[in-house]
Amino acid sequence: MIEIQGLVKAFGPFVAVDGLAFTVRRGEVMGFLGPNGAGKSTTMKMITGFLAPTAGRVFICGHDMAREPLAAKRRIGYLPEGAPAYPDMTPRSFLEFIADIRDMKGMGRRGAIRNAIEKVEIGGVLDQPIETLSKGFKRRVGIAQAILHDPDVLILDEPTDGLDPNQKHQVRGLIQAMAKNKAIIISTHILEEVDAVCSRAVIIDRGRIVADGTPAELEAMSRFHNCVTLRLAAAQPGVADALAGLAGVARVEAADESGRAFLIYPEGGRPVVAEVGELARLNGWAVDRLVAEAGRLDEVFRRLTTSDTRDAI
Amino acid sequence: MNKIGTIFRREFGGYFATPLAYVFIVIFLFVTGIFTFYLGRFFERGEADLGSFFIFHPWLYLFLIPAISMRLWAEERKSGTIELLLTLPIPLWAAVLAKFLAAWAFTGLALALTFPFWITVNYLGNPDNGVILASYIGSLFMAGGYLAIGSCISAVTRNQVIAFVLSVVVCFLFTVAGLPVVLGFFSAWAPQALVDTIASFSFLTHFTAIIRGVIDVRDVLYFASLIVLWLAANAIVIDVKKAG
Repeated sequence: MIEIQGLVKAFGPFVAVDGLAFTVRRGEVMGFLGPNGAGKSTTMKMITGFLAPTAGRVFICGHDMAREPLAAKRRIGYLPEGAPAYPDMTPRSFLEFIADIRDMKGMGRRGAIRNAIEKVEIGGVLDQPIETLSKGFKRRVGIAQAILHDPDVLILDEPTDGLDPNQKHQVRGLIQAMAKNKAIIISTHILEEVDAVCSRAVIIDRGRIVADGTPAELEAMSRFHNCVTLRLAAAQPGVADALAGLAGVARVEAADESGRAFLIYPEGGRPVVAEVGELARLNGWAVDRLVAEAGRLDEVFRRLTTSDTRDAI
Repeated sequence: MNKIGTIFRREFGGYFATPLAYVFIVIFLFVTGIFTFYLGRFFERGEADLGSFFIFHPWLYLFLIPAISMRLWAEERKSGTIELLLTLPIPLWAAVLAKFLAAWAFTGLALALTFPFWITVNYLGNPDNGVILASYIGSLFMAGGYLAIGSCISAVTRNQVIAFVLSVVVCFLFTVAGLPVVLGFFSAWAPQALVDTIASFSFLTHFTAIIRGVIDVRDVLYFASLIVLWLAANAIVIDVKKAG
């Protein structure tokens, strides 16, 4: 439903987006990740038709954004960066304005407005000027505006920024509930959000895709993938050597200063937690904690998005 | 088309959501009064017409209209709402036109509120109401010209102060193009055709023709085409910025 091909955006000599291409299908929630300045917002601005790409094409439900902008824009709900809204309007008049622009009429219009208000829970502030609202409410008004016409394509630029943990949870629930029959792109730099709502994550750095896969696939790229943490009740001699001697173990590190916690890196990312457990049982170690990790997304993120920078300097 | 109406209503309502509209209208009426009665010697002239009222409009508009137009696009850009507006399914020209029309209607409202002058002059004597009507129409069109210039310049920057200053400068050039001091500067060396062209671009030349009671289609057409041209430039500026 969203298809972008060879998207390039250059601001003078600075190339913000450098040949992005991907497709997002109905039912997919794509998490769009990258450090600040990686080109996330620029890409979203091009997908929604606010910026014209230097090269490349954007298709929304088959409509070319460059040739049929109105048809394409009708299918999109968009929360721009910072959730802008007219400060002098109230959420009610703002949503009515958006509904009118989107050609909604009569019962459908009223129902859609009520529905959007309920979904983001802004019923209590409907008649306060938007400029007097808290950041969290402003963000939710922006989301209400984006989902008002039940669009096929939803582009949300940092939808949970400025929300408290409860509101974040609620917005994530909302996104998941809508995911089934929409194609959704959310940009975020909160990595836990990717696990929580995304069926797919794309990491970009300096305008290029550096990783594209399910959250589990990305986690598997972590050096902590299948890494085992073992903590004993008391420090014992020879534990590290015994662990290092185990088949399939690449390396053992002290996890902290106590001398009783270890990080065990497997060879080639193969699971070794069973072997470690067996070794502990055979040696009669009093085990406090034994966990295998799926991988750490933040570590993958850091590794993928800073390697370039270091090369360049 | 009804989307133009939607944006128009939002914009027009926006003026009254803040004190801006009221401040503007009060200042407009106040300054018009001062100009007419003190500088224009409304009573001393002993003539039943509104010439001393209309004659100052170009100078009044020169500063007051950019104060209205400076926010048109600069504010949208600054607050980010431009991104919202331009990703909605509306053509760019419709947004440009609707915002302009709302600002124009607002100016028209301020102008209409000067009706006590008209009542006064009718109470005191027997003015030529045809000339007064023509002058009001001319004044409204001239205000539209200033607004279109200001709207276009407002799209260039996100800074309202810059938009204001630039608009005043450009409007000033368009206002004074017909004054002898400007024409004298050119007539010394430029061919007469160029001098005439410059003079024909002057707001003053066209407006004074109208308030003398000579409603020439060309004068109205001048302001109308000026509005169209600057609004087209306005849309182009936004489109060029979109290409970044």
